[in-house]
Amino acid sequence: MTLSRRSLLKSSAAAATFAVVGLPSFAQAIDELVIAYNVNLPSWDPTVGLSAVNPTIQGFYQSVFDLFIPQNTDLSFGSGIITDYGWNDDRSAIWMDVREGVTWHNGDPLTAEDVAWSLTRAGNPDSGNPIQFIWGKVNNIQTDGNRVTADMPEYEPTFFKWMSFLTGYVMPKKYYEEVGAEGFEAAPIGSGPYMVEKFERNAFVRLKANENYWGGAPEFKTVTIKFVTDAASRVAEVESGNSHVTLEVPYEEFDRLKAKDGIEGVAAPISDIGMIFLNDIEVMTDPNVRKAAAHAIDKSLIIERLLSGYGVPIDTLQTPDYVAYDDSIKVPYDPEKSKELLAASGYGPDNPVKFKIQTTKGFKPKDYEMVQAIVGLWRRVGIEAEIEVYEIAKHFELRAADQLAPAAFYNWGNSVGDPTTSTGFAMFGPSPHSVWDGEETFNAILPLWGEADEAKRIEGWKAVDKRIAENAEVIPLLQYVQPILHSSAVKVTPHRSGALLPHLMTRA
Amino acid sequence: MTLLRLILLRILTTAITLFGVAVIVFVVIRVVPGNPIAMMLPPGATDADIARLQAQYGFDKSIFEQFLIWLGGVMQGDFGTSISLRQPVSMLVLGRLPATLELSIFALVIAVVIGGTMALTGTRYRDTKTEGAIDVSAGMALSVPDFLWGLVLILLFGVLWPVFHISGRISPSLNIDFTTNFYVFESLFRLRFDVWLDLLSHMFMPALALAIPLAAIIAQLLKQSLKETMHLDYVTLARTKGYSEHHVITREALPNAILPTLTLVGVQFTFLIGGTVIIERLFSYEGLGNMAIDAVINRDLPLIQGIVILFALLFTLVNLAVDMLYVVLNPRLRHA
Repeated sequence: MTLSRRSLLKSSAAAATFAVVGLPSFAQAIDELVIAYNVNLPSWDPTVGLSAVNPTIQGFYQSVFDLFIPQNTDLSFGSGIITDYGWNDDRSAIWMDVREGVTWHNGDPLTAEDVAWSLTRAGNPDSGNPIQFIWGKVNNIQTDGNRVTADMPEYEPTFFKWMSFLTGYVMPKKYYEEVGAEGFEAAPIGSGPYMVEKFERNAFVRLKANENYWGGAPEFKTVTIKFVTDAASRVAEVESGNSHVTLEVPYEEFDRLKAKDGIEGVAAPISDIGMIFLNDIEVMTDPNVRKAAAHAIDKSLIIERLLSGYGVPIDTLQTPDYVAYDDSIKVPYDPEKSKELLAASGYGPDNPVKFKIQTTKGFKPKDYEMVQAIVGLWRRVGIEAEIEVYEIAKHFELRAADQLAPAAFYNWGNSVGDPTTSTGFAMFGPSPHSVWDGEETFNAILPLWGEADEAKRIEGWKAVDKRIAENAEVIPLLQYVQPILHSSAVKVTPHRSGALLPHLMTRA
Repeated sequence: MTLLRLILLRILTTAITLFGVAVIVFVVIRVVPGNPIAMMLPPGATDADIARLQAQYGFDKSIFEQFLIWLGGVMQGDFGTSISLRQPVSMLVLGRLPATLELSIFALVIAVVIGGTMALTGTRYRDTKTEGAIDVSAGMALSVPDFLWGLVLILLFGVLWPVFHISGRISPSLNIDFTTNFYVFESLFRLRFDVWLDLLSHMFMPALALAIPLAAIIAQLLKQSLKETMHLDYVTLARTKGYSEHHVITREALPNAILPTLTLVGVQFTFLIGGTVIIERLFSYEGLGNMAIDAVINRDLPLIQGIVILFALLFTLVNLAVDMLYVVLNPRLRHA
């Protein structure tokens, strides 16, 4: 078939029809902000079920719901629905003051009753709240005016920090009891900066600005968040102008696109880290092997070559943003030292120590490639590691059962930046998230869980981190940098938690 | 054997097949490592928390007990509740099925049109450069998997010449209050052409990506059949009567040559539906395939089971329909 002028005109007209009718208009002035997000939103209740502990979707929840206590963009704690809070003298009870003048999206006033009910519900084992183990530590929750009080027989130093973290959302008592769980899922309301206007599962959510938001109405009155799980499609979305903002694109694409006219990029460190769990089994019971493995990894080189420089090397499970970060803890790249350590245990290039390392492939940027590079670096000093690729679901199961391989790559998020939620759970043997069973670490961590003196608690964790680094009980690699691409017409403020929040976006 | 008995026999076979699929799926996804409970564990979870969650989702029972409970529910139309989406599985999968069916049917139509055109053109200009070009095109179309065609199309019609939507099924700004999820059909029925065009604009690239390899298969087989038919006596007779080559091909040869292709289309349609899994993901199309990948990532066992059973049901129904079509078209088979 030959392409005649007539057929060309016909096809062009058809395409133009689609373009005019189907595609949104992306003029300079943005009426409706469109964001291409990297994950789906499975459920609207931010306090129960699998979604509640999924860190990647907290940005959706924080757009619609308010946390008890919000976090500022630098991870410091702000003033939100709970404006002030504290403990009684003997730390057996807590009090919280609830902001006045806040309304739910349906116009009902948000009261201390809502806060008390949210806490009571979260602590009920039957509610399905995965963080019930924290919320259940308070009882006798009472309200008096805008003050909420509760007893806490067992002191929990991180209780208020959890109010900024997973499942720490204020829910509408009256509305929820009226519509029930299914009704809430179908028509969720919160007190956050945006209201849910339309939700198509697996497709998009359309948000409308909450003009009565206590923190000030957001600038973009309508925001559409499309769920575009494929990275190549997200790149195309922003490159074509179909979406104004996207995130988590390959770093090479980030560099390419931010150089184009009309597109800009923000790359800021977030609270997620990449690390290698070491399971104290087989050869990993030998400290020389562990230390040799740690010193043989050139983290800066890996970040430079594989992540285009987007990453911050770390030597402890704390990032520089976390409260217990200690910059004196260093595990330098020193291959000669690795060789010496291995030689002391009878290993070397001619007689390599052998173990398995597990990793996901494509779950995090360049995860498999990073492990490949590490295995290559290890080979140079006399470590022969066999790579096993697994799905993230398998990682969770093996980790909970303490059956990870001697080494296993993983990423760990800790947006509240407390050492209990980084070093604590990752290195405390009885936790289902730890595979390190060493008694010394266990004994060092145990007294810190309930330490009432905050300064002493933080210093205690720093000491634990130092011990762990010196004994190479885990290999921290890097703090991730989140790439965000956006139209030049939008100003994007990144949040260190990694949550992409439309109410922090304004017109440029 | 009467037609009715034959149909009943095929339906019985279908039921047994579905039961077999159900057993295999149920056992396999529980044997493969990856427990949804492990993914739900909060940082400070205790053994008691783990036990509570397992009991809550019924994972504390034996596989056999779980299967019986699940089967009992299925017999009453209850496929359980999705772990990640917290909604009834039957509602979720039936809600997404129309989107996938519309995409598959659109892809099939495109494949038949492109493949048929290629075959007819190749036959009309046989032994010329045109036929050679068509053969080369078909070979290329077949050798590249559909998801790669998807990426090529995104680059061409999404980025370089952005005339079609890259992701989704419908524009969020469109207000619709349809009663079914068959948006394409309902928008036509309601004369909502704005919605209809928007849907086609979203569907065009994923459907074309799915259609290209199938079009190549149709082109090759139909062209081969046409070539063989063109040598038959009745075609030669038609030529001697002075009919045009176009008439000979489309009116005389095509009706006979098309039968094997129709059979192939029926079989390939099931593969087309299977292919939507990857394509829907690539284009963020809100169909069953996209949901299937999320279900697997989240180890959402009830949802995986529901989707697989529905896919199996679709496959067997399409095969059943093809079988029935054979019988209707060829009465001799009724007595086989």
